[in-house]
Amino acid sequence: MTSLNTNMLPLSAPSNTPTLNFEEVAFCGQERTLLAPSSFTLASVGPTLVMGPNGAGKSLLLRLAHGLLTPSRGRVIWSDGERPRQAMVFQQPVMLRRSAVANVIHALAVNKVPHRSRSRRALDALERFGLATCAHTPARLLSGGQQQRLALARAWALSPRVLFLDEPTSALDPAAIKAVEAAVQEFHCQGTRIVMTTHDIHQARRLAGDVLFLSGGHVREHTPADTFFDHPASREAQAFIAGELIE
Amino acid sequence: MNKVLNLSLAGITTLGLTFSASADEYITLASTTSTENSGLFDSILPKFEDATGIEVRVVAVGTGQAFELARRGDADSLLVHDTAGERRFVDEGYATARADVMYNDFVVIGPENDPARVAEAQSAAGAFAAIASAEAPFTSRGDDSGTHRAELRLWQNAGVEPDGDWYRELGSGMGPTLNTAAAMDAYVMSDRATWVAFGNRQNLTLVFEGDEVLFNQYGSLLLSAEKHPHLKHELAEQWHNWLLSDDGQQAVADFRVDGQQLFFPNGK
Amino acid sequence: MENNAFYVAISLLLDVDAALFSIVALSMQVSLLAVLVAALLGFPLGAAVALWRFPGRGGVIVTLNALMGLPPVVAGLTVYLLLSRAGPLGELGLLFTPGAMVIAQVILVLPILAALSRQKVEELLGEYQEQFISLGMSRARMMPTLLWDARFALLTILLAGFGRASAEVGAVMMVGGNIEGVTRVMTTSIVLETGKGNLPLALGLGIVLLALVMLVNAGAYLVGELARRRTG
Repeated sequence: MTSLNTNMLPLSAPSNTPTLNFEEVAFCGQERTLLAPSSFTLASVGPTLVMGPNGAGKSLLLRLAHGLLTPSRGRVIWSDGERPRQAMVFQQPVMLRRSAVANVIHALAVNKVPHRSRSRRALDALERFGLATCAHTPARLLSGGQQQRLALARAWALSPRVLFLDEPTSALDPAAIKAVEAAVQEFHCQGTRIVMTTHDIHQARRLAGDVLFLSGGHVREHTPADTFFDHPASREAQAFIAGELIE
Repeated sequence: MNKVLNLSLAGITTLGLTFSASADEYITLASTTSTENSGLFDSILPKFEDATGIEVRVVAVGTGQAFELARRGDADSLLVHDTAGERRFVDEGYATARADVMYNDFVVIGPENDPARVAEAQSAAGAFAAIASAEAPFTSRGDDSGTHRAELRLWQNAGVEPDGDWYRELGSGMGPTLNTAAAMDAYVMSDRATWVAFGNRQNLTLVFEGDEVLFNQYGSLLLSAEKHPHLKHELAEQWHNWLLSDDGQQAVADFRVDGQQLFFPNGK
Repeated sequence: MENNAFYVAISLLLDVDAALFSIVALSMQVSLLAVLVAALLGFPLGAAVALWRFPGRGGVIVTLNALMGLPPVVAGLTVYLLLSRAGPLGELGLLFTPGAMVIAQVILVLPILAALSRQKVEELLGEYQEQFISLGMSRARMMPTLLWDARFALLTILLAGFGRASAEVGAVMMVGGNIEGVTRVMTTSIVLETGKGNLPLALGLGIVLLALVMLVNAGAYLVGELARRRTG
């Protein structure tokens, strides 16, 4: 198991923000171990930024936490014992072949939101993310930035208590990145637990409350953002922050 | 989505209406392609329907298949041309009565230049022997139909075992067989009715006719109520009786193609 | 001039008589109804095979793909033996009715719709699966969403099915009997006229059939294209 430097994490998460526990969670691919047994607790306010070089296992960790993948070993445990309502925003937004608003309505329908309140909730969400004017545009004809905002709006409409984001801005231009980051902040202010991967250190500096750093399928450290950026403990993190090419 | 649904519902309704539009009184008659292709039914069925109000639905197949349809209880009545087979059908108990209705005759068709000199033959047996000895191409129905069975009897009469490259068994109806013969410049035996009504003769012409053995008798059969109680025996009997009545016999005699009478009533 | 098939086809179209109209109408009704029924069964079947893993799934896929090539006359013979009075469903009295022709065509079209929709739905599922699981959708709940999102591909698949249904002759001949005014459709008329040696008329009917199939295809293409442009 990887030893973690978990000193000085802020302890004061709002009471309604769920706590996530990884207990010796490991994931094996067909031939090799993709995530070594890892234990950590996400209890602080966050947002938690999952960082590390390509292939470190960031996306995998997110998928295990969200339940898209089942661990080969170990357990993912939520604070109240029950899996809280959660949503995920992917690197490539997955949009159904229908209008923007219909995409949000579909997500609401799937989550058994009563028929009559769906439209209103969907349009509210679109408006909040600046998409009111393209509510009836086919979702797949929207720009990359708009689609990513639509993915956030869809997540918003579901009022999740946890939001996972997997490199949500990697394909976007600066203006769109700014909009997505603002949206993430908005979720965070509502008390939603944010767990987000990024390979962009500057973005991490802007958003992170705490940082979970991975390399080579190991969780190397989990510290408050300031500690991570100013005094990285592991050699891998030091190299990563210095901008070296590491594995 | 609702529109699609409405449209398909409308489609089903229309279909239902069409399906049930002509369902009151009718019988299913299994008969041969030769009678259907000649146009005989188009001429006589309206007269029967006028007289009795009964619609006759014709399923035109080879004689072998027609017997099979009747044997399985899928046809109410039979009108075919294989007297020996018809008698056997009665003996087996599938039919209770059989009657001669009409006849036409078989004719030998061949290319105009007549390479086997069939036109000079004195008898049908001679004509068939000439074709065999010249090994001139001959197309046979090969489908166990009444015409095919008659053709096989004629080869037997001629003392020939038809075999070899020149003898082509097609496994087709009369019309397709004539189409093939026309394309190959082959000899072929046809019933006169199909030949007269046939539209795609190309080089083919009638090369031999008139021998009594080429006589092609049509018979109507009343099917067994015992074997198949569900059939419309009463209506079928009206059809059978009408065919043999003066009106029915006259209707057969009145059918003409290009002014030529094709079927000769001999009902009794 | 009367021997030219195009001339015959045009005069058939210009001078529509009642008999031809009823033949054309029956052809369309039988094939469209068959395709509709086959779609109601085949699309959910295809989607189910795409969505669920079960023992023998590979066998089901191979069978569906193979049945796309089922000879119509074999389907016709099977339905004939079922519907014949001596067969298990003989009591229904469906033999030699348009209903029997619909059944035979459903059997021909169903594998096409199921096999091709299975392929398309599986492709979409690959794209959507993580999002669907993230939304907490069950496999059963994914089915309608996937089918609706595959709608443009399904429309093309429907047309392939309609093409097979309207073009085949072996099955409808055998179970319909080509009865004038009752079960005579375009393809069986073409066989009949060919048998009579009326080749120009037969080909003329063929051209009329082709024109109708093209009309249906053009209509579907237009509807599909308009909708595609609107929904991306």
